[in-house]
Amino acid sequence: MQTSDLIRILPEIILAVAGIVVMLLGAFQKQNAGRMHPAIALLGLLGAAGAIAYQYPWRSLDPAFGGMLELDAFSAFFHILFFLVAALVVLSSSEYVAQERLASGEYHALLLFATMGMGLMASSNDLIMIFIGLEISSLASYILVGFRRGVATSSESSLKYFLLGSFATAFLLYGIALMFGATGATNLTEIHLALQAEQNTVTAMASPQLTPLVGPVPTALVGLSIALLFVGFAFKVSAVPFQIWTPDVYQGAPTPVTAFLSTGSKAAAFAVFLRVFMVALEGSAQDWVWLLWVSGLLSMVLGNLAALLQTNIKRMLAYSSIAHAGYILVAFTAHSEEGVAAVMFYLAAYALMNIGAFAVVSHFGNRGERYVEMEHYAGLGYRAPLLAASMTVFLLSLIGIPLTGGFFGKFYIFRAALHADLVWLTVLGVLNSAIAAYYYLRVIVFMYMHPAAEQIPVERVRPAMGFVLIFSMAATFLLGIFPQAVLDFASQAAALLLENLGNGVL
Amino acid sequence: MTWIHDHILTVVLFIPLAGAILIMFLPKENKNGVRWAANLTAFLGFLVSVPLFFWFDSSVGEFQFVEKVEWIPSIGANYSLGLDGISLLLVLLTTILGFIAILSSWTSINERLKEYYVFLLLLQTGMLGVFMTLDFFLFYVFWEVMLVPMYFLIGIWGGARKLYAAIKFFLYTLVGSVLMLLGILALYFINRSQTGVATFDIVALQNLNIPVNLQLWIFFAFFVAFAIKVPMFPFHTWLPDAHVEAPTAGSVILAGVLLKMGTYGFVRFSLPMLPDASSHPMVVNLMITLSLIAIIYGGLVSLMQKDWKKLVAYSSVSHMGFITLGIFTLNPNGLSGGILQQINHGISTGALFLIVGIIYERRHTREISEFGGLSNVMPVYATMFLIVAMSSLGLPTLNGFIGEFVILQGAFEENWVWAALAVTGIILAAAYLLWLYQRTMFGPLDNPKNKNLKDLNFREMMTLVPLIILAFWIGLYPKPFFRILEQPVQKIMERVRPAYYAAHPDAFGAPARLNAAAQPSASLETEAAAVRSAEKRAGASR
Repeated sequence: MQTSDLIRILPEIILAVAGIVVMLLGAFQKQNAGRMHPAIALLGLLGAAGAIAYQYPWRSLDPAFGGMLELDAFSAFFHILFFLVAALVVLSSSEYVAQERLASGEYHALLLFATMGMGLMASSNDLIMIFIGLEISSLASYILVGFRRGVATSSESSLKYFLLGSFATAFLLYGIALMFGATGATNLTEIHLALQAEQNTVTAMASPQLTPLVGPVPTALVGLSIALLFVGFAFKVSAVPFQIWTPDVYQGAPTPVTAFLSTGSKAAAFAVFLRVFMVALEGSAQDWVWLLWVSGLLSMVLGNLAALLQTNIKRMLAYSSIAHAGYILVAFTAHSEEGVAAVMFYLAAYALMNIGAFAVVSHFGNRGERYVEMEHYAGLGYRAPLLAASMTVFLLSLIGIPLTGGFFGKFYIFRAALHADLVWLTVLGVLNSAIAAYYYLRVIVFMYMHPAAEQIPVERVRPAMGFVLIFSMAATFLLGIFPQAVLDFASQAAALLLENLGNGVL
Repeated sequence: MTWIHDHILTVVLFIPLAGAILIMFLPKENKNGVRWAANLTAFLGFLVSVPLFFWFDSSVGEFQFVEKVEWIPSIGANYSLGLDGISLLLVLLTTILGFIAILSSWTSINERLKEYYVFLLLLQTGMLGVFMTLDFFLFYVFWEVMLVPMYFLIGIWGGARKLYAAIKFFLYTLVGSVLMLLGILALYFINRSQTGVATFDIVALQNLNIPVNLQLWIFFAFFVAFAIKVPMFPFHTWLPDAHVEAPTAGSVILAGVLLKMGTYGFVRFSLPMLPDASSHPMVVNLMITLSLIAIIYGGLVSLMQKDWKKLVAYSSVSHMGFITLGIFTLNPNGLSGGILQQINHGISTGALFLIVGIIYERRHTREISEFGGLSNVMPVYATMFLIVAMSSLGLPTLNGFIGEFVILQGAFEENWVWAALAVTGIILAAAYLLWLYQRTMFGPLDNPKNKNLKDLNFREMMTLVPLIILAFWIGLYPKPFFRILEQPVQKIMERVRPAYYAAHPDAFGAPARLNAAAQPSASLETEAAAVRSAEKRAGASR
């Protein structure tokens, strides 16, 4: 281990230290120390972001820990996204934590640990490392989901998430083992080389004067391994048919945690999903593209159709997050540089608008999340105009109306898909996004076009929450009107990720 | 002065938006302040757009007042604006109807006033953007964004079934436009593979050569979006709902401007970008058939309406049928008539909705059977209604006649059966409008609720008078309008039917060089010939 290795994981180290500090504070201090925890968590996130920024420009960095970690622009993009998500979640949960009397120290410590795991996932270039990162973040999330201990649905969803999650992780692990068996490597770059050599061998056998360089790679084993890896990742991104857990978990979890899961965890899962499939398995793309095609389409269709029927906003947003995973898979199916950039941009846009929407839901839900049904939102537009206006912006962005990040994200996705000649998938995708408009609009209808049925108390928005709302709203507009900077970042990261894959020079 | 000349489109485009932002910061309680601010903004927006008419050079075929700034370079999207004759007329129509719509809401809207005006002004910017932009991506942005304020206008200030109408309007339009987005992307990629340039520039995309098969696919992607917006026959069901439930200003804007976005789309995009698909016999027959069905079906349904506003709404379907008929005759007469008829329909139907709105504000009902003999108590109202109805049903000396006549002329050139069927639409229009007039204005004043109705006040007159003046102007002296349309029509014809002008050197918009070939003297004379042919055409239409 060298100093440079440590610098590569400095962000994670900072987060871990901050998490431990928060936890110890929680253990040794009396009540009322709760205010310190978010502050330390934010400081930790800021420090970690600083550690990422310090290593700029990311393209020239060597891999750390013998190629296990790769702090490239791709990983930096996701790191920044995770830190942003975590910071917004910390800010938006201060009200919630106080109101529900949650153990503030543990809550913030777990958030930091989960973020740290996500950071590791984004930069790991090795299946083992990916597994470790995934487990760190998953274990923290299992606990976070069940954090409202007194509430039955919360515990239920935690258990459900844990059981199904472990099951899916087992699939993933099995896939890793098989991949190791087939190629003799867990490093993604090495796997790529091994599979590419295999393809060269096939061509070599067609022309017998060339001798094979490496021993043959069992194709069936690789295929099985790809399928198992797909199951593991599809579960994490909640793509059909591995989405069953999503609605229950998202509904039962504390609202800020739901926001965190649906944006941060989903983005982290997509980060590894992309890296594994685009770096290690790009060579056998024809074997897995159809999986993504089918899964993407089903996710959009089922997610949207189920969301149409919901009356609970959290559950509606949960189903819609399945549909959004579907849109992202559409871009992934293109398996091109453009597609990767589109996925990255969409994840950023989706994170901002979804966190905003969940922040409104969390604020309005009041004690014990009493007001999370759509009908509770009746007349909100006139009773809390700013809250409702920001919710409207987030919902319009989720629909994909221009001038919001959601539109540009979708545009970019469908552009990548069309460019890869996925015409039917694209057509079905855009029609799906039109269907989705209906259930998002319903919330707007309730807020502005129904008179308030009962007097539901609307608490004053505190500064931290106000900041989250304004920030997410501004960022949503920014991504919709001037997307250039983020777009460039994403495209460069995607280009860098796939740079030398084509000719096998790494 | 040069600054304003170079940036006039941006100024016209953003005045309503600036006004909307200003109004957001006004106190809610100050209702009159909000009203004044909105009216002044809209009036200013109209005033600023007037110079466009005088600065516009109708002898130039290129886009004018062009502004171009890079927006999202990595995908090749620009903020680029510009006008040709077609969009000039629509922009002017939008600024004037926008002002009138806002003026007409002074007393009819009393709740949530601030939001109402903010949405109307946002809508105004969206519509202007649609007509001004020269970038297909930006076009799509305006096209979609505009849905949101309209959705709120119908959904919050609408009538009894407003929720249903608002959502139906939104979803119908959205489904169409997402498919259009794919069409846009397809053109973008074709252009990129042919020229190597990634751009959404409308002028560049108008010069592509695309295989017919592909053109047909893209045409149908566009068709869904535009046909829903127009609305053409099987897609029209959202229109009566939206119209009936929308507040008066919303209906005026909807009929006057929003529907034109569909026909504008055909003229600006489908025809020049996909000429082979647009002139494909299958497409032409389909479009003409749907147009004729709309004309006759819309007329028949109007005839049966009991609700005054619904009658006007269905008459819109019929009149819009004339416009699409004209466009898809694919000859200069049909095209120029169709384009001019967009303006005429905006004037006449906009005014008809104002007429309905005025009586609805007084009586809160639109049942035709509730009325009768209104001309006794509201003579000014009755007079204005008469003029507006005449303009809508196509009485000579008024605008509707000019447009419909030229369209029919165009249709006749292609196939006399089309013209014969379309004429029944005019007869039906006379029937339902005159019958409506008779039932509401004449007869005994037997409903006691109508006895004390007040005639128009000054503000209400001011909403109708400009439209009536325009109706007479176009009806009596349409030449300047045709002159403005000459160059754009010529360009479209050269794309869609390149051989047409060679065979018909006297046709409307025929390039001067063809006339010059006939009399190869000085360029002065060719210009004179062009003017003569324009005069001939204007004279013929009168």
